Amino acid sequence: MSVEMQDIHLVYMMPEILVAVMAMALLLLSAWTHKGGAGVVHWLTVLTIVGVILVIHVGEGTGTTFGGQFVTDAMSRYMKVLMCLGMIIPVIMSRDYIRAHAMDGGEYHVVSMFAMLGGMILASSGGFVILYLGLELMSLSFYVLAAWRRDDVRSGEAGLKYFVLGSMASGLLLYGISMIYGATGGATGFKEVAALLATPGIHDNQLLVLGMVMVLAGMGFKVAAAPFHMWAPDVYQGAPTPVTAFMAVMPKVAAFAALFRLVADVFAPAHGQWVGVLQLFAILSMATGAFAGLVQTDLKRLLAYSSIGHVGYILIGLVSNSAAGMQGVMVYLTIYLFMTVGVFAIIISFDRQGLGENIRDYQGLAHKQPLVAFVLAMFMFSMAGIPPLAGFIGKLNIFMAAVKAGLVPLAVLGVLFSAVSAFYYLRVVKVMYFDPADRESRVTFSGGGFLVVTMSMVLILMWGILPGDLLTWTASSVQTWH
Amino acid sequence: MAVGLNHYLVLGAMLFTIGILGIFLNRRNVILIMMSIELVLLAVNVNLVAFSRFMGHVDGQIITFFVMTVAAAEAAIGLAILVAFFRNRATIDVEEIDSMKG
Repeated sequence: MSVEMQDIHLVYMMPEILVAVMAMALLLLSAWTHKGGAGVVHWLTVLTIVGVILVIHVGEGTGTTFGGQFVTDAMSRYMKVLMCLGMIIPVIMSRDYIRAHAMDGGEYHVVSMFAMLGGMILASSGGFVILYLGLELMSLSFYVLAAWRRDDVRSGEAGLKYFVLGSMASGLLLYGISMIYGATGGATGFKEVAALLATPGIHDNQLLVLGMVMVLAGMGFKVAAAPFHMWAPDVYQGAPTPVTAFMAVMPKVAAFAALFRLVADVFAPAHGQWVGVLQLFAILSMATGAFAGLVQTDLKRLLAYSSIGHVGYILIGLVSNSAAGMQGVMVYLTIYLFMTVGVFAIIISFDRQGLGENIRDYQGLAHKQPLVAFVLAMFMFSMAGIPPLAGFIGKLNIFMAAVKAGLVPLAVLGVLFSAVSAFYYLRVVKVMYFDPADRESRVTFSGGGFLVVTMSMVLILMWGILPGDLLTWTASSVQTWH
Repeated sequence: MAVGLNHYLVLGAMLFTIGILGIFLNRRNVILIMMSIELVLLAVNVNLVAFSRFMGHVDGQIITFFVMTVAAAEAAIGLAILVAFFRNRATIDVEEIDSMKG
């Protein structure tokens, strides 16, 4: 079936157009102004993202353009706002780091914007081709970002590992897409694939099932779900810290937005054929996150395993395949964003003396800087899911949705694994409060870092006690879905 | 014997398997890994073109062009990262890429 090309409504992709145009303009600007323009590029990036968030908010309802290949709806708008925050917050809090490590040529901001553009396209994809293109734009930008510090051996290694394993995952995804293309008799648009999947008898088609599983595996790789998580610890540890903060959140939001569409919409008619795979991913991710994190000494590596665990919980929400589960995914992603950037803001502020990555660097922090230690402890409690902090609300929503969907064993496993993982979060708190300080290291915040930590802290405390606003926003974003 | 759709699909599957095995079994050289990645993408292209030809559909051939374009960008970025890595370590041996473990 040929795609009708008469309906081109650029208004639905205004945010993407704005990001693309501004990224290219800033690239030219930074090429012309050389070093002197670094500050200008930084502030223009911040301004652009604020503008994009406003533009996203102007949109309403559901619209498709380019023959249904590009979809804008409440879900994608919500995810795009999260992506904007996930991109701009690391930039704001790491201004000093970027300057200190000669990353302020302007290209860093531009490549970050392109990564975000890829994520936004991924969240709005209405067909497999645009899904692949958005995913690749995001991934290719992230390979470059991970290897950004050319003088650092570990950064190069992180980039190389991410590149090799990421490209393999893209190959897996593409192979799955080619299978679906063949099995459905030439459908690449999500609408057409979903319509064909609804015809009875087609589910026995092995080619089709293989294709769906491979697509889900490829997406699972991008969110670092076990058993496709092996790149995450090395890449998190080796990449420059601002990049780690960026890639801990933004690509996951984007990939979950795409998974959301695939699971709840495109593949939904064949639910029974692939749901076992996602359940397996969820259980393995939670287990890996809980047990492998126990022996880590590097905080960035610990956070990598922690994020694998969080992905496992989020996958439970996807598996439960109900409006409540989908809302749980959005709530969890939002809370995860602020917990993560909060912790990374503290790590980056420590980094001025080349410290902050090893957990030992935090020994006795409570005696030297009680307030900073308290804030970090709150983030850790929130990640562990201890009430009354926001992390608890995220887990509660997911587990409730799972129980409602009849997935009691999965919810029980989730609770057990989150109890195990609480151990390593609490170990960080123990190191800060009960170990003697053995070196003169202090966390010194830059203005941006202080702003980010304060904001995240306030939100984590507020949503832990009064999650009403968050639940309302996410509910209205899922409403149009089912 | 006429060459049918299944022959092409088997060829695609073989290329795909060789590519994936090449990524995981190869212990020597990162360049070989990159060639394996290209093989995987090639397998996809063979599949798409075969489906497209036998179903009388042009979409698959168009997707192939997208895949080829992205593969070129991917190879460029991979080689650039590899060059940066080589400058630091003076090696591209797969077993030497091990400064982080755990």
